[in-house]
Amino acid sequence: MTSSKSFVKFDKVDKSYDGKVLVVKDLNLDINEGEFITMLGPSGSGKTTCLMMLAGFETPTNGEIYLDSKPISRIPPHKRGIGMVFQNYALFPHLTVYENLAFPLKVRKLYKDEIDKKVDKALSMVSLSGLEKRMPNQLSGGQQQRVAVARSLVFDPQLVLMDEPLGALDKNLRESMQYEIKHIHENIGVTVVYVTHDQSEALTMSSRIAVFNDGKVQQLSSPDKLYEEPVNSFVAEFIGENNTFTGEVTDISGGKCKVKLASGAEIISNPIRVKSKGEKTKVSLRPERAIIDPEDKMDNKHKGKIEEIIYHGDHARVRLNLLGNAEFILKVPNSSARLDIKRGNEINVGWNSHDARALDPKSI
Amino acid sequence: MSSETQKILTTDGIPLEVSLKKVERRNKLKAFLLVAPLLFFLLIVYISPIIGMLFNSVDDRMVTKALPKTFIAMEKWDGKELPSEEVFEAFYIDFQKLIEEEREGKLSTQLNYEKNGFKSIIKKLRRKSKSFEEGNYKEQIMAVHERWADVEYWRAIKRRAPSYSYSKYLKGIDMYQNEDGKFVEVEEDRRIYKKLWVRTLKIAFYVTLFCFLMAYPIAHLLATLPMKYSNLLMICVLLPFWTSLLVRTASWMILLQQQGVVNDFLVWIGLVADDERLVMMYNETGTYIAMTQILLPFMVLPLYSVMKTISPSLVRAGKSLGGTPFITFWKVYFPLTIPGIGAGSLLVFILAIGYYITPELVGGASGTLISNMIAYHMKSTLDWSFASAMGLMLLAGVLAIYWVYNKLVGIDNIKLG
Repeated sequence: MTSSKSFVKFDKVDKSYDGKVLVVKDLNLDINEGEFITMLGPSGSGKTTCLMMLAGFETPTNGEIYLDSKPISRIPPHKRGIGMVFQNYALFPHLTVYENLAFPLKVRKLYKDEIDKKVDKALSMVSLSGLEKRMPNQLSGGQQQRVAVARSLVFDPQLVLMDEPLGALDKNLRESMQYEIKHIHENIGVTVVYVTHDQSEALTMSSRIAVFNDGKVQQLSSPDKLYEEPVNSFVAEFIGENNTFTGEVTDISGGKCKVKLASGAEIISNPIRVKSKGEKTKVSLRPERAIIDPEDKMDNKHKGKIEEIIYHGDHARVRLNLLGNAEFILKVPNSSARLDIKRGNEINVGWNSHDARALDPKSI
Repeated sequence: MSSETQKILTTDGIPLEVSLKKVERRNKLKAFLLVAPLLFFLLIVYISPIIGMLFNSVDDRMVTKALPKTFIAMEKWDGKELPSEEVFEAFYIDFQKLIEEEREGKLSTQLNYEKNGFKSIIKKLRRKSKSFEEGNYKEQIMAVHERWADVEYWRAIKRRAPSYSYSKYLKGIDMYQNEDGKFVEVEEDRRIYKKLWVRTLKIAFYVTLFCFLMAYPIAHLLATLPMKYSNLLMICVLLPFWTSLLVRTASWMILLQQQGVVNDFLVWIGLVADDERLVMMYNETGTYIAMTQILLPFMVLPLYSVMKTISPSLVRAGKSLGGTPFITFWKVYFPLTIPGIGAGSLLVFILAIGYYITPELVGGASGTLISNMIAYHMKSTLDWSFASAMGLMLLAGVLAIYWVYNKLVGIDNIKLG
């Protein structure tokens, strides 16, 4: 095994529930020790199935999962020593917070004073000291969430899985919990595999993100790379906002390509997934990379008509009709300088060809 | 504070409280009208019979009215030796009146409940009293039968003097109040009710236990299987529920009798010799088997409805935290099903304790319950007041169980669905 250093390894894993459809297809994934890996994808993309296979609640139909270089398919969940945080917290409703946290320690037959010490430590880690005697239903959603995190960490597992743990919280609480989990991860250095369908959550917390679609990992890279350099049109459209142009490559040379659109216009793009003339492509451009009244060095300059302005407080989203694409979005910071942005006006828009990534034509 | 709230007016100038009460009164009236038919129905068919039973069980005016003069004369009697001539005379006058009205049969039945042997001597007295001469009734009555000369029988009559008595309740637990007013048990060979109470409780307890042991895995399966299988299984559980109770009991008779299906099968596979066929009916075994089967759905359904609400992720959480499947079951899953166990057990136990048809048909002599005895007294001995007393004792027992359960588990924890 060449990648024997990886802590968790999915090796050619297939999973099917009914023998007809593969939920996970030929999955290969290496996770290093101490990493915060997020599995991101739309529902039904196979990310939760992967997590369940890792936890031991599902068995791979084919292939093997290695934990610390040992195959684990035949080890039952309770012997894997993997902490887990569930979507609905899964706190034991008939036990107090203390008893919830002591559960993994009691089954490991630790001494009472040792259990007390560990529970204290775990609770202070999530700043819930003093709530030991409460029942789970006497806690707020955020507190329950913290107890669940503390419980998954109290027995010092090397690996913690989190299955959309923040899904049930409101937006503000979710954001503060994101930071909290991130800090806990940084402080104790545990390996975390985190599942979510919320891209901003993934971008905020992860050291690397695996984007799932259709049972496959579409891209595995750090958040910034994922956002700025998506390798295919699915990732580009799933992560963040995106302007797309569909067309055909007419020329490709020197790290640039010309793409002819349906409207007849040509744009210069960065060939990522296209190799030769005549290929169909989808060009992806982030809204914030296109600017109004472009500088001269930008190699794409076009005129567009303002169709709609959507106010967002600190910035406005301007929808343009540009080169036959009526859904072209532009982000304009809220400043007094731009008074010419009015519905129906024509404006100049430009971008660098490097930021316009010519990807595969597959649409989602 | 009230003076302040009174100042608040609605926009129309009516005090807020008045306006609010008006609105609420209409709602309350609506609610009452909705429940009124049921309330009325319950009052007639449930509450009033219970009150009637309560009255019936202590009412003893029949004897009091039958022998008015006798009881007045008996007031002076100390009950140690045979009563005086006065009492005998009063008794003779009362008795003649009863014969005229043809009510002496009822009296003899009532007195016979009090002490065996009254029936025949009253008949005899009726025949002989036609030729009684005036005066000296004591001699003449005592001459009719030697029992009329026995002080025990006169004491028995005196015991029936009060209009109301709780003697039926004492009888229900094999006791009576003797001449000194002490509570004593009846003779050993006449104690039948206490044994029956114990047997009823025992059978109800074991039927509940068997139901629990069989229903728990089924309910778990029902709650965890995929929809299409669980629906099928649910129908299997409910199908017997929809069949007539009598049909189900009769089918058990076909299965369990000595020439029945089960015995035939056991003989056929050679487990039992043909001349040693198992006796599974007309005894306790038959009652256990048939009642467990019939009451099973009452345990399955509450258990199922509770198990359905237990998130599978709780069990997963238990396992992921290192609990073995057994520990996870015992520490996580089982405690969460306790409300269902409580509801199911209470339901089955209460139903079992008053069960009638099944033990009547398959129970034989050793498998009958207290309700069969109540029915016997209603239909055969016509001692309705005793039947009422036992019925109320049963009701009190059920309420007591309910109370104990409430203290132990808490009635709020019950979940029926």
